[in-house]
Amino acid sequence: MRTLKFLLQKEFRQILRDPSIFRILFIAPMIQLLILPLAADYQIKNINLGVVDQDHSQYSQILVNKIVSSGYFKLKDYSASFPQALHAMELDKADVILEIPAHFQRDLVSRDAAPLFIAANAINGIKAGLGTAYIQQIIQHYNQDVRTQWIQFPRYAPQPTIDVEYSDWYNPYMNYQFFMVPGILVMLLTIIGSNFAALNIVKEKELGTIEQINVSPIKKTYFILGKLIPFWVLALVVLTLGLTIARFVYGIIPLGHYITIYIFSAVYLLAVLGLGLLLSTYAQTQQQSFLVAFFITMIFNIMSGLFTPIESMPHWAQVITWFNPVAYFIQVMRMVILKGSGLSDIRNQLFAVLGFAVFLNTWAILNYRKRT
Amino acid sequence: MKQFFIFVKKEWLHIWRDRRTLVILIGMPIVQIVLYGFALTNEVKNSRVAVFDQSNDDATRAIIQEINASRYFSVTDYVHSYQAIGATFRKGKIRLAVVFPQDFQNDLLQRNTAEVQLIADASDPNTANTLTNYAAAIINDYQQRVDENRDLPYTIKTQLRMLYNPELKSAYNFVPGVMALVLMLVCAMMTSIAIVREKELGTMEVILVSPLRPFRVIIAKTIPYLAVSILNIACILVLSVYVLNVPINGSLLLLIAESVLFIVTALSIGILISNGARTQQSAMFASMLSLFLPTLLFSGFLFPIENMPWPLQLISNLVPAKWYYNIVEAVMIKGLGFSAIWKETLILVAMTVFLLGLSIRNFKIRLA
Repeated sequence: MRTLKFLLQKEFRQILRDPSIFRILFIAPMIQLLILPLAADYQIKNINLGVVDQDHSQYSQILVNKIVSSGYFKLKDYSASFPQALHAMELDKADVILEIPAHFQRDLVSRDAAPLFIAANAINGIKAGLGTAYIQQIIQHYNQDVRTQWIQFPRYAPQPTIDVEYSDWYNPYMNYQFFMVPGILVMLLTIIGSNFAALNIVKEKELGTIEQINVSPIKKTYFILGKLIPFWVLALVVLTLGLTIARFVYGIIPLGHYITIYIFSAVYLLAVLGLGLLLSTYAQTQQQSFLVAFFITMIFNIMSGLFTPIESMPHWAQVITWFNPVAYFIQVMRMVILKGSGLSDIRNQLFAVLGFAVFLNTWAILNYRKRT
Repeated sequence: MKQFFIFVKKEWLHIWRDRRTLVILIGMPIVQIVLYGFALTNEVKNSRVAVFDQSNDDATRAIIQEINASRYFSVTDYVHSYQAIGATFRKGKIRLAVVFPQDFQNDLLQRNTAEVQLIADASDPNTANTLTNYAAAIINDYQQRVDENRDLPYTIKTQLRMLYNPELKSAYNFVPGVMALVLMLVCAMMTSIAIVREKELGTMEVILVSPLRPFRVIIAKTIPYLAVSILNIACILVLSVYVLNVPINGSLLLLIAESVLFIVTALSIGILISNGARTQQSAMFASMLSLFLPTLLFSGFLFPIENMPWPLQLISNLVPAKWYYNIVEAVMIKGLGFSAIWKETLILVAMTVFLLGLSIRNFKIRLA
């Protein structure tokens, strides 16, 4: 135990005496946490609308006004012909083009039917899908208005309609930050934790100081623990700072308990740090170690379900996410903060991460050799 | 000039002899482009739906069947109370619940109006929004089919066309974004490490006393990494076309030229970072923290830039990946020529010149 105490003393001193570590560990993540969630708003609004009105009638005017006043669309381009509107789309000035052909009003009133053409830039499929869904809904309502205007009541009873009511549970104001802030905090913790750990042992290798440790009477387990504990403590401090920012800057107050978050984080960090240390025992240079750690954490983060839902992934990719601790952490954060889940609700995730922690750290201890 | 090439050769040997790192540098982009190309998608497919049907009549059964038949949803749970809906949500099993009140069909046929409630798990607002819209569209379709038998007058018939990506494949949107992300990170990180490493290991002394001018030292350092990056871009393009089936609709030559320009931008960022850093550790973290999330968020492929508050929209203009993403999208997917992207190109050139100039000015010819 005394050995461990001295090792910890050495590690803490080494970390805290490096001024760049303070910047990397505390300032950089907090700045990111303050800025980035504001950028991560996925709601589809402000769709740029291009209009080609070849009818120039009262009806076409009303329709365009109705679409613009819905709040989803911004009238950005008003072209005389479709090729011109298409050019505007090429320059990203229009996401959706509404073409109102000539004689629209006349055909609708006297021939009982008139066509409209909608073209959407579908490179971003979700944006195109929702944008066209909105515009079609508005056109349908408009159609309804026209009918009630022309048909006297006795002759025609209003058609049967289904009213769809929406409820958004757990996040009724659809506040994206409630979801993104904890998620970005998880990402930052993961990046910092695993990469710091990945660099640590290999740095001693590269600078040659590992020799001294190899010839000293330090047990392998103590050595790894000595490397693990300081980062674990520091990462928990970063987590606390992050949760404080989430609470006081973004107003995110978990429905569940902070204790649940801390219990899970404590285990999670062991797993992430263990991964870093494991890589560190294999690598020969800091560059190798960092690149691999970066590569793995980037995959973990991008495939964690934070940016795109896991259910949408192909099956084989979903299987990969079973081995992704970040995905579990994101799920847990979402459950505890927004749904108020307790320890019993998250026990599966907790056991999974505990499994990773034990597995990775044991492997790291076994793989660390006291000879070069 | 001969000195210069000797220097390039020295750098090249550094890379070439460290086979493990070389494998990582070339393998990393390949794995990432394939993995993200397939797995990063926000198309909703087979989202689990719970149904609370208090009416259980022909109309509700028909609607449930249509929801189940669409590729977006699969109806997995039938519940019998609101409490049960809450419980299923908390277990994280379902994303959407559809609630029919009693006498749904009667209301629809007799009173001409009936209600249906869609409850979404909005803890992920993005997916919730998409799902409720899709479900509403299915219900709408059903209603229109009921109406069709009546042959309504004054009907507007809308015709819909999806341009550039008729099958709404996510890869069309994500591949250009992933290209920007991967190239930026790999290139910037490689170079930043390369210079700081010499400082940390002490070999910088040797370089500083050599007769080569700082300008040339920097260029010589980047050339081998430029070569590796061009190899990367070739791999990425081949994979995009043949594995992910994303076409190159525009000129391949233009696309490659623009990519090389972007790589040079990324390399200059790497050099700049290395000037400021003392240890490899701080160089790596600086490049990672200042590049990964900003590139991911501000390039515009995940989150629409026009939704951001205006200060962030201004910041996004400083992110080179945003311009490169626009260029790739225009050339690769829309098939446009140089005339459509000259502005973006000019911005990238200006950024590169500025960054290179800055890093050469700041290159210290003395060790502290």
